[in-house]
Amino acid sequence: MLIDVIQLTIYGIVLGSILTLGAIGISLIFGILRFAHFAHGDLMALGAYIGLGFLTVSGWPVWFALPAGMMGAAAVAIVLDQAVYRRIRRTQPVILLISSFGIALILRSAIQIFWGPSVQNYSTGIQLPWRLGDIVINPDHVWIVLASVVLVIAMHLFLTRTRMGKALRAMSDNMDLALVSGIPAERVIMWTWVMGGCLAAAAGVMLGMDTRLHPMMGWNVLLPLFAAAIVGGIGRPYGAIAGGMLIGLAMELSTLVIEPSYKPAVAFAIMVLALVIRPQGIVRGAH
Amino acid sequence: MEIAGLVSYGVSFLIFVGIYGILALGLNMQWGFTGQFNIGVAGFFAVGAYSSAILTTAVSPNHLGGFGQHFLVGVAGAVIIAGLLGLLIGLITARLRTDYLAIATIGIAEILRLIVTNEDWLTNGVRGMAGIDRPFSIIGMDSAAGFLVLVCLAVVLVFFLVERARCSPWGRVLRAIRDNETAAAAVGKNVARFRLEAFVAGSAIMGLGGALYAHYYGFLSPEAFMPVYGTFLVWVMLIVGGSGNNRGALLGALVVWLIWSGTDFVTSAFVPDGLATQAGALRVLLIGVLLQVILLTRPQGILPEKAPPLTPGGGRRPR
Repeated sequence: MLIDVIQLTIYGIVLGSILTLGAIGISLIFGILRFAHFAHGDLMALGAYIGLGFLTVSGWPVWFALPAGMMGAAAVAIVLDQAVYRRIRRTQPVILLISSFGIALILRSAIQIFWGPSVQNYSTGIQLPWRLGDIVINPDHVWIVLASVVLVIAMHLFLTRTRMGKALRAMSDNMDLALVSGIPAERVIMWTWVMGGCLAAAAGVMLGMDTRLHPMMGWNVLLPLFAAAIVGGIGRPYGAIAGGMLIGLAMELSTLVIEPSYKPAVAFAIMVLALVIRPQGIVRGAH
Repeated sequence: MEIAGLVSYGVSFLIFVGIYGILALGLNMQWGFTGQFNIGVAGFFAVGAYSSAILTTAVSPNHLGGFGQHFLVGVAGAVIIAGLLGLLIGLITARLRTDYLAIATIGIAEILRLIVTNEDWLTNGVRGMAGIDRPFSIIGMDSAAGFLVLVCLAVVLVFFLVERARCSPWGRVLRAIRDNETAAAAVGKNVARFRLEAFVAGSAIMGLGGALYAHYYGFLSPEAFMPVYGTFLVWVMLIVGGSGNNRGALLGALVVWLIWSGTDFVTSAFVPDGLATQAGALRVLLIGVLLQVILLTRPQGILPEKAPPLTPGGGRRPR
């Protein structure tokens, strides 16, 4: 029993790292643009597939999927913003919600058209898991967690040490004040999409390494992603780290008592609980 | 294609337009009138369909059921159960902002889909429920054409009710809440209560659509309640037709279903069999692009919302 708990905790930390990266993007986008980006899960999946495509073409080692996917997804995010979101940004934010729901389906369909509907894998080769007594640790899992930590630190440095990062936080905190003080809004928004796209793709590639690639992978992870972002206080990228870890651990540990197929329901239940108790988020979120 | 084939295709086409039209009217009640963002239409659709199926089918070892009730009991059950589900969700989500409500409804629909997929004792899981009869076989109404008459009656009834609601003082309060919640509250309207009423009414209408689908198709499986078919198409229909406008909702159902079936014709004629899934994905992609184009160029839809006359028949004061 204790062994199970430790083993599931390890899985939970891995899933939590992946969810964190996606939830940070959702939170950033919400903080700047004030809308819930429903295409984020599918942007994640697209990043994973772009990484796969790069590996197939180049034949390089599997970890190169990460930078390739990140660049690809960031480019796609900028194109989506310029082609669609930017044009409807001035109407009600809710129109952006509807639009992003449609974009999600467009991305998912594009994945099916280019890569087909079946399950695919990154060929990571045969890996011997490390054994510590009865506990099994997959080397990939260690890399996933380490890479997430590096990316989160990179995000932290970007947000706190660069001019653009500071502008981004200023806009997220107080849009009017930031605009009055001459922050270039369009460039900040573009950087938000770059960050969101990069982190989403990283999460997607890692999810693909942890499990496998499937056109529905983005949709299936959308609910846990939003649960993580909301529990952490949407609009607060640092809260997303706590939210991601909480949701990841809860989803994996819940398999001790309920069917694994209901894992998304656990994420959902925590989210609803958080919303009912504190509608503004655990950490006070943006409005 | 022969004449008979064309006629039967046309009947089936119109039945689907009718069922989707009812779903779009239900969504219009929630989104168009009240501004409640429900992207869990598929969940209410599924609950209506499975409720009616469980109430009306004969005993089967594969799933809950064997109540063998009449079609009308099944439909009433579907409407009531979907309405109760709407009440439950509405009570929990009453205070939530639009985007939180949207995520909550996605969650509900996904969990309902997990339940119908995994709980074999209830719904026979992925193998699906078969043997759901069409009603009124005694008077020869159980043909597709007979069912079309039934669907038309349902559409007319629902349209009459929602149009009455729209022109009534009640509907006016809903629009007031949608356009300016603070002002509506300031003149003494119980915002939460009106919202809840509209959410429940919309959910119940979606349940009716689900029941009609179950009895027309005769077979239910979780595949039919994927978000693409259950939710996305309905949203596109309402946006294309014109949200807030009941005629627009029905027109949108017709136009979008025409495009959706038309692309099916084109892809099945020109795309080789091996690429059938890709062709299906291409159709979804086209509908997605259509939505973006409408949002960019004509967000009010084909038939924009028009305010009803200020003095409709009956002068009951709103509460």
